[in-house]
Amino acid sequence: MNRRPGFLVYGLLTAFVLGSCAPLYWSFLVGSHSREVLTKRVPPLLPGGHFWDNAQRAIDAVPFWKALGNSLLVSGTVATSVVFFSTLAGFAFAKLAFKGRTPLLVFVVATLAVPTQLGVIPLFIVMAKLGWVGSMWALIVPGMVTAFGVFFMRQYLVDAVPDELVEAARVDGCSLFRTFWNVAVPAARPAAGILWLFTFMATWTDFFWPLIVLPASNPTIQIALQQLQSGYYVDYSLVLAGATLSVVPLLVLFVLTGRQMVAGIMQGAVKG
Amino acid sequence: MGVGSTAVKQVGGAGGPASPTRARPDSADVRRSAWRRRLSRLDTRVTPYVFVSPFFLLFLLVGMFPLAYTAFVSVHQWGLLSGQGDFAGLDNYRRVLEDRYFWNALRNTVSIFVLSSVPQVVIALVLAGLLDTQLRARNLWRMSVLLPFVVAPAAVALIFGNVFGDRYGLVNEVLQGIGLEPIRWHVDTLASHVAIASMVNWRWTGYNALIFLAAMQAVPRDVYESAALDGAGRIRQFVSMTVPMIRPTVLFVVITSTIGGLQIFAEPRLFDTAGLGGSDRQYQTLTMYLWELGWRVRDLGMASAVAWLLFLIIVVFAVVNLLISRRAGALRGVDG
Repeated sequence: MNRRPGFLVYGLLTAFVLGSCAPLYWSFLVGSHSREVLTKRVPPLLPGGHFWDNAQRAIDAVPFWKALGNSLLVSGTVATSVVFFSTLAGFAFAKLAFKGRTPLLVFVVATLAVPTQLGVIPLFIVMAKLGWVGSMWALIVPGMVTAFGVFFMRQYLVDAVPDELVEAARVDGCSLFRTFWNVAVPAARPAAGILWLFTFMATWTDFFWPLIVLPASNPTIQIALQQLQSGYYVDYSLVLAGATLSVVPLLVLFVLTGRQMVAGIMQGAVKG
Repeated sequence: MGVGSTAVKQVGGAGGPASPTRARPDSADVRRSAWRRRLSRLDTRVTPYVFVSPFFLLFLLVGMFPLAYTAFVSVHQWGLLSGQGDFAGLDNYRRVLEDRYFWNALRNTVSIFVLSSVPQVVIALVLAGLLDTQLRARNLWRMSVLLPFVVAPAAVALIFGNVFGDRYGLVNEVLQGIGLEPIRWHVDTLASHVAIASMVNWRWTGYNALIFLAAMQAVPRDVYESAALDGAGRIRQFVSMTVPMIRPTVLFVVITSTIGGLQIFAEPRLFDTAGLGGSDRQYQTLTMYLWELGWRVRDLGMASAVAWLLFLIIVVFAVVNLLISRRAGALRGVDG
């Protein structure tokens, strides 16, 4: 709408943003006070000085560094692989002529609506047969390319790469892979960055499948969090110090690339 | 584009001894170029399939095959450790449908889904309307509303599990502070659903608001101008013009959140320490029920039956959503 917003708009937005921050602040607040303070009542509204003590206890209680390493390895590998294979397929769907292109693309889009999560039982049986239960392969391989990624890159490359450029590369004797590498990849870079970010985050935050295939001794960050809260008595200063700590990596990513994330969501909405 | 085309020309130049070949044709060169032509034709024909094949292979392996195989497992006795047993027909389905915890989980899932999707869409629409103004520091506001999205559901569940603690929880302390009775968030069914739905709402409302915002910005501005001339106020414009015009986007968000929402797992699973959905399964959802059958009871046959039933439920919900929105569109005389 066209007029400059007044106090009401800014006031409502501020209230919403405060609500968005409050649970995180609360988590840090509880995580920074000693257990003794918490058993009496709600902590004071300013952080206490025990955050590092509590965080250290959380790190000692679960295989924290291993979990962090696993999460980084799995999310980084999956995101990179998704970007590569999706760009490859997206380029073929956007710019190359081949028999069955349209029906195959329709098929890709249709699979977007299939809740593949419901195939966990056979997937688990397959992973057990392959001997991958408990290893990171069980998390990496099933996620290596996604329908969303293929469709997203296809939509971007249709406009981003001029047909003449592909033809020129062919006339000059480039193989298709070379054309892909020299023409499509440079043009795809902005969309590839966004796809990488969102795939990384989705893999990082996944909980259901890792819970099924990973043992307590070799977890990802999310599974380590779950271990923090097991047992009859819950020490919330420890649990929420751990939760706060676990949020830091994505928070850093958010500070560095938040603008691209916003742009990615808004672009995806317009195109999808 | 300029940069791209020079790069291609350089590449073309590097593969360059084409012109001397043409000047002095001998039989070996002719053979070589024929070979090359055939290779290039093969490249054109086959390579596109090679490019798209990783997706299809992987989908076959981890998408299609598991879904079909779930049906196979669901009609057998199948233990987590013992593996495939006798053919059981529809026995697993019968046992699931006779289990009161299945119906309980279905009720809980739908209840949590409704409590999380309806307020979420409404608030996201309003938020998008607020963001669709000429704000100062526009990008900062947009980033701020997205902040909860980067907090993983597991962490959200731990934090909200504490905020909604029955004793010493922030919400209850505030309620008591203003003279109200504390609520037993982990005991009362409806209260626990509200708490769990609030986790979903917290994490996703800003994200969906940005999707709505993008759609709102595609609405032509002169539509608003003529409405303003007709004397429609801003709220009136928003309700009777903006929202109907972005209806396809609303439908898109509703359907994607249906697919995700009916599979909700991490939030209720981590709402307490036991992870079974409360002392009397007050907040056990269908996916949690599936997990309990498969990895606690260790009955993969029954768990597969649940997976298929859940799949059907999701399809039914998506179709019903689609029909309702079609109907609403037909009544208004617009169709997206």
